[in-house]
Amino acid sequence: MARKLTGVVAAVVLLGVLIGLYISSWATNTVPSIAATPVSGGAGPTTSLTLQTVAAVGPQLSPNHPNWVSYLVKQNGRWVRSTIFTVPANSLVHVTVYQFDGNSGLRNPFLSAVQGTVGGTEMLDGKAVTHINPEEASHTFVVPQLGVFVPLPGVPEEAKNACEVAPCDPSTMAHRTIEFTFRTGKKGRFRWQCFVPCAAGTYFNFGGPMQTLGYMDGFINVV
Amino acid sequence: MSSEAPAVGSPEPDHLRRFGTIWLIATLIALPLVIFVLGPELPPGNGSDAASGQVTDNTVLLAMATPVLLMVVIYLVYAIINFRQPKGGMLEGPAVRGHARIQTSWILITGALVLSLAVYGTVRLETGYGAGSGSGPKPLTVPSGKKLQVQVIAQQWAFTYRYPSYGGVETTHLELPVNEEVEFHVTSLDVIHSFWAYQLGVKADANPGVDNIAFVKPTKIQTFEVHCAELCGLWHGGMFDHGRVVSGADFETWIHEQQQTFAATTKVLPPYALTYAPEPTERGH
Repeated sequence: MARKLTGVVAAVVLLGVLIGLYISSWATNTVPSIAATPVSGGAGPTTSLTLQTVAAVGPQLSPNHPNWVSYLVKQNGRWVRSTIFTVPANSLVHVTVYQFDGNSGLRNPFLSAVQGTVGGTEMLDGKAVTHINPEEASHTFVVPQLGVFVPLPGVPEEAKNACEVAPCDPSTMAHRTIEFTFRTGKKGRFRWQCFVPCAAGTYFNFGGPMQTLGYMDGFINVV
Repeated sequence: MSSEAPAVGSPEPDHLRRFGTIWLIATLIALPLVIFVLGPELPPGNGSDAASGQVTDNTVLLAMATPVLLMVVIYLVYAIINFRQPKGGMLEGPAVRGHARIQTSWILITGALVLSLAVYGTVRLETGYGAGSGSGPKPLTVPSGKKLQVQVIAQQWAFTYRYPSYGGVETTHLELPVNEEVEFHVTSLDVIHSFWAYQLGVKADANPGVDNIAFVKPTKIQTFEVHCAELCGLWHGGMFDHGRVVSGADFETWIHEQQQTFAATTKVLPPYALTYAPEPTERGH
């Protein structure tokens, strides 16, 4: 009887330790919040975010899912895997995206229109556009509650020196450059996401990185 | 051990009569309060014909449930007070030998209640053009007269709205004219969602490849909430927005603004259809 009781207690303790390890692993593996960089000389408070989108995030930035598509953000000169950005309330946020991934196409072509940015446009490789070809969309940067919809066209298949694994170097590798500015309002936490089914090999291309915070979805913390 | 209850003190009162009297008085007090005071405040309010119908239905359900609920609760309290274990030792109660009249009455009354509710619900669905629910691609009953078609397109994780009678323009906002019959065509581009316009009393599943039709006539100028009511992935909880019911003139102004704003985008949209099958269409494509 005593031996049985000892066995049960040992099993319960072992299970508790394993659950504790799992929870602590999950709790310490949260996506960091990255503050936008203040920009001087703007009309009113302005900050900037520099992002890149990559077809495969690589083992360095995501050991568990090196093949997942992802956004990255530049912090202190280094590319960091995070999708949680902190920006000031009632300010302008200037975003630059270096887009290294290929075309996937939008499920809903309506989302190929630029909405909610200053001037209703995005700068695509230096040229202002109001919408893109929906079949050329690679990703989107959309904050539904702020009404910001920005489609990101892909790098053509025939492009030379395409980046396979992040981090990708904009000075040497094929990419598209998208710039836009949006205005923040009151304080709050607003989700953002990619609407392009770009997670190849998952359920309707919308699983894995599309359903996991820190890859193709995140938050804009307006403080 | 004897099955007869020992004689204790004064003779037992007529519990059935006492309980019945208490229950009847409580029901006569509670029913008017439920129907006339609580009923008008029940969800989802009176923002449309469907919503008002649901308030009526909820009031009827509550009114029918009130006597039953009171019976259970009052009997519980009555039993706790009158049939509790007396101090001074364990006593076995009288043997329960059944009571055919009570059992028959219980079965007949509850059976009649449930069956009448089934009939009531069926009639209300039939006469209310689906009572705000999705009625599939071929609704059994269709309201007569002119109807504004609005297509609700769900995808992970947003709703967009298309107006086929205005050049097929698509928008991220839902606006409707007051006192006009609306015919929602609800569909999805990916997984199963559910379009729930709470204050309008409309709830219709959004299934890929299915045209789910729901009818509603907004009767009040107001802002209403739109939620997804089907667990659909990471941002299911964030899949909400607000719609507006406005005057007919304001609606015309707004829809023409949308047509101008999205003129270029409308050209790249697929022709208006009741369902869409965008790529990828297969799991693991």
